[in-house]
Amino acid sequence: MELFINLAINGIAMGMLIFLIASGLTLIFGLMSVLNFAHGGLFAWGAYSGVFFYVLLDNFWLGLLGAIVTGLLLGWLTEVLIVRPVYGNHIRQILITLGFMLVLTEMLKVVFGPNIINAPTPEMFQGSWMIGDITIIKYRAFIIAVGLILFIVMYSVLKYSKIGLIVRAGVMNKDMIQALGVNIKLVFVLVFMVGSALAALGGALFAPSSGAIYAEMGLEFGIFAFIVVIIGGMGSIPGSLLAALLVGLANTFTAYYMPILSMVVTMIIMLIVLIFRPQGLFNVSGVSNK
Amino acid sequence: MTQPLLKLEKVNTYIEQFHILQDVNFEVQKGELTLLLGRNGAGKTTTLRTIMGLNPAASGHVHMKDEDITGTPTYKIAKKGIGYVPEDQGIFYELTVGENMRVAMMHEDDATKERLEWSLELFPDLKKFWKKPGGQLSGGQKQMLSIARAFVNETDLLLIDEPSKGLAPVVIEKVIEAIEKIKDHTTVVLVEQNFYMANRLGDRFYILDDGLSVHDGYMKELNENEELKRKYLGIG
Repeated sequence: MELFINLAINGIAMGMLIFLIASGLTLIFGLMSVLNFAHGGLFAWGAYSGVFFYVLLDNFWLGLLGAIVTGLLLGWLTEVLIVRPVYGNHIRQILITLGFMLVLTEMLKVVFGPNIINAPTPEMFQGSWMIGDITIIKYRAFIIAVGLILFIVMYSVLKYSKIGLIVRAGVMNKDMIQALGVNIKLVFVLVFMVGSALAALGGALFAPSSGAIYAEMGLEFGIFAFIVVIIGGMGSIPGSLLAALLVGLANTFTAYYMPILSMVVTMIIMLIVLIFRPQGLFNVSGVSNK
Repeated sequence: MTQPLLKLEKVNTYIEQFHILQDVNFEVQKGELTLLLGRNGAGKTTTLRTIMGLNPAASGHVHMKDEDITGTPTYKIAKKGIGYVPEDQGIFYELTVGENMRVAMMHEDDATKERLEWSLELFPDLKKFWKKPGGQLSGGQKQMLSIARAFVNETDLLLIDEPSKGLAPVVIEKVIEAIEKIKDHTTVVLVEQNFYMANRLGDRFYILDDGLSVHDGYMKELNENEELKRKYLGIG
């Protein structure tokens, strides 16, 4: 039983990490329907800038802040220079953001060097708590807490705030929201920046958990984020959380009980969901079709 | 005649390679309900979209209260006090009636709240279905929501595109009554193919034909001119 609980806690922590990566993409891909394959690059830049500022300033929280600011700036650049000319054209979005992803990856090597970089765990989150035979790693508990807080904030903002309503309405009918006096271009830039900052925050939080970062990590985890958004249902924050937890738990349990399956379990889940519920676990109909 | 509230001068609008509006001239006097009439494809909807900046004019000028708004972004045009009810109603289907209204409110001051209350008295169904998603409303209710939403801000000019389209006669009667009341508060431009509705509401009319403004005048003149009705509106 203790083993099962330990695996479940690890799976939830992994799921929350995946949610942190995917949450930004839920806004950019799920809500705004932009196929941003550079999202993984923003995640990697977040990991690098997080570690850089943490080591430079010797403060983990300032490291996270540095990653968020980096994400905001890169998000602004990506929207204005890369994405804005290709809104509504998925093929061009794929081509240009994939190209930009490679640029971001190579730029990491130029700025930080091509070698793997160690990512230290902050002292306050080192070690673990023991409750009976159950081991709770402090940093994983922190990741779970951050993921939950982020989920509550994102869900509440999108569901209940005026800006959340404007974003949802803008995605449904861009012409109409402008005719109601909303500068939708500005709103979309802001959403893109927030989505990118979330990717960067995900990267910065992921780094201490893996212990090492490398430039190509964005390529790996970017695809992971897309899968979670598709499984969860386009534009659905609860869907992304549920999908991320599902993927995290499935990965952890299969890695322990059936290691051979752990490499493909995410794909199997996506396949099953797409066969039986093509709109994803949480259907935000209307959004997904635009 | 006084200075018009809205004036289009030799406006040309293209949609892709198609030349839709060709040197269109159009004036709206404050306090009146001006009709834009014409057959399908005449350019009526494009005229409204050009005023709103959604299909910007390639040449010519659009003036609102003496200010040239040609080329102004749509959201700034809306902030100048122009409300828009599109042909497809533009309801945000996933949002509730209440959320549709809230998203339209540029301010949440007392004046806006008063207009909201007034709109809900005008269209009691909206109050009844306040928490229902916009996509689940009937055609008539969607039209009511679209009109109420456009009117919830301080509006000097309301552009309404074919409000009777697809509605049952009994619902059309309700919409006519509502627009009659709205007329007392603001200037209206109405695109309408239903001549019964147009005749009930209109003060002045413009007829568009193949993107050209071919005739204008008071409704009384149009009613007396069977040839004009037959030639351009297919009536009679």
